Amino acid sequence: MSWFKRDKTGIEKSNTKHVKVPEGLWTKCPGCSESLLTQEIEENLQVCPKCGHHYRIAPRKRLQSILDNGTWQEFDAELTSVDFLDFKDTKSYQERINTTVAKGGSRDAVICVEGSIKEIATQIAIFDFAFMGGSMGSVVGEKITRSIERGLEKKQPVIVISASGGARMQESILSLMQMAKTSAALAKLKAAGLPFISILTDPTTGGVTASFAMLGDLNIAEPKALIGFAGPRVIEQTIRQKLPAGFQRSEYLLDHGMVDMIVSRLEMRDTLGQVLAMLTRQ
Amino acid sequence: MAATVYMEFEKPIAELEKKIEELRSLGASEMSTEIDALQSCVETKRQEIFNNLSRWQKAQVARHINRPFTLDYIQHLFTDFNELHGDRNFGDDHAIVGGLARFDGQPVMVVGHQKGRDTKEKVFRNFGMPNPEGYRKALRLFQMAEQFNLPIITFVDTPGAYPGIGAEERGQAEAIARNLREMASLTVPIIVCITGEGGSGGALAIAVGNRVLMLEHSVYAVISPEGCAAILWSDGTKGQQAAEALKPAAQDIIELGVIDEIVHEPVGGAHRDHEATTQAMGSAIRRHLAELKEMTPEQLVEDRYQKFRAMTRMAE
Repeated sequence: MSWFKRDKTGIEKSNTKHVKVPEGLWTKCPGCSESLLTQEIEENLQVCPKCGHHYRIAPRKRLQSILDNGTWQEFDAELTSVDFLDFKDTKSYQERINTTVAKGGSRDAVICVEGSIKEIATQIAIFDFAFMGGSMGSVVGEKITRSIERGLEKKQPVIVISASGGARMQESILSLMQMAKTSAALAKLKAAGLPFISILTDPTTGGVTASFAMLGDLNIAEPKALIGFAGPRVIEQTIRQKLPAGFQRSEYLLDHGMVDMIVSRLEMRDTLGQVLAMLTRQ
Repeated sequence: MAATVYMEFEKPIAELEKKIEELRSLGASEMSTEIDALQSCVETKRQEIFNNLSRWQKAQVARHINRPFTLDYIQHLFTDFNELHGDRNFGDDHAIVGGLARFDGQPVMVVGHQKGRDTKEKVFRNFGMPNPEGYRKALRLFQMAEQFNLPIITFVDTPGAYPGIGAEERGQAEAIARNLREMASLTVPIIVCITGEGGSGGALAIAVGNRVLMLEHSVYAVISPEGCAAILWSDGTKGQQAAEALKPAAQDIIELGVIDEIVHEPVGGAHRDHEATTQAMGSAIRRHLAELKEMTPEQLVEDRYQKFRAMTRMAE
């Protein structure tokens, strides 16, 4: 049976020539499947240089890309959520707040600043999705309302950049009331003739969409962002059907008349500069 | 009303009442003292159960099939009701009803969620879950009320806004958001009555009022106990725990300044006595309406703004 006997050595795996690739050096783009240097994406505001896929971006990085000189003055940074309902699921709400705050970054899910866009002084509230899914509780609602009120007082436009799973369940009824509170403040801004621009980024759903995020004089979406009222899973379970392709994505909303335009992150500053100048008659 | 529908926790009452029924059917007069004794036993038991309802049980009472719905309140408390249909854009949503009516002879605009009792009507009313055109119809009626200087009275009872493809395509979120903003600036008195399920944004979209009244065993929360359980416990059957955590009962909510008054229900729940329930609600509405009528349009708007502006709990 010598046919079956291997008389040559097989192909051997070399142990020596392995090049160690540091973790995270390369990123495979979910948009175009290209392997790209992570650094290249980061330098491009987290947008794929090949296909324009928008990765999520940290709020302060985004502010740098929008505001003149990349500078701003922050307000109300000290406001912190409290577990007034003693809410407990698998963890208590207080524990969740503490661990999230301890991770560094923000003290809650929205950062409120004043800065200029092409020399137009503007109030901006920007969500931090990394903080409990950008959910809106008392602090988020309060900070956004104060931003709007500062806009009223200083006669400045207001921009909210949303990225949120919706209301914060751990604050139950009071998280719901933030929808009414922020929307009521927007009624005052509207009556005062000041512009409100809502920028919807991936993802913007639930109570945030069903309040200020849909109330922009201009609603501007980032490409392919998930934007909706009910989550896709909830809808699928309710209607027991598969959802159509691209459902609840920016392009779908544009098609259905819910947003004014889709703007790439790379063009956002220029677009905002142009429309703000026109809306404030400069 | 149809045969009594008992809830799970009413089992002891159901058994006693069945026994009474049996004794009655025997028709023997010597049984009457025993029947009376049992009857008083039922009343004590019922009192005991309904004085100690858990939040989860309250959610069951709030959803009871015979609980008075908007059209029941309209029938008992209003005259000259003329239902007004449609949002003038897309259609007429049957999950929200509204129209002109008289309350104590005074013309008002009344709007509310509407659920159905039998299967056919439930489907017709989409289980009380409005689509965007429902909220847009409500807004049209609110703005008409403002135009003709009529107070607005709303009845809130919905599991939530409908989560469907069409609802999303026609802008469910935008419709709710717009109502929140526009209700905030209406120059007429708005009285909101939470009568059953206050289901999140779908409830709030017609609930931005100067006064918010709430029935004793109603619930009002950012999400249903089942929905909350599915997300936070990854288990939709943990509704009971979620209900305790969400604290959606009227007694919880009044502590937070979200509602102004709890309206008492007959023992055994609103579904046991529509007349008593609607009259209790009616007298509360009457009282608050009289107060609001003293305010100027500007005061009404500012009063409403400050009411919602104050709804915050945080550390500064």
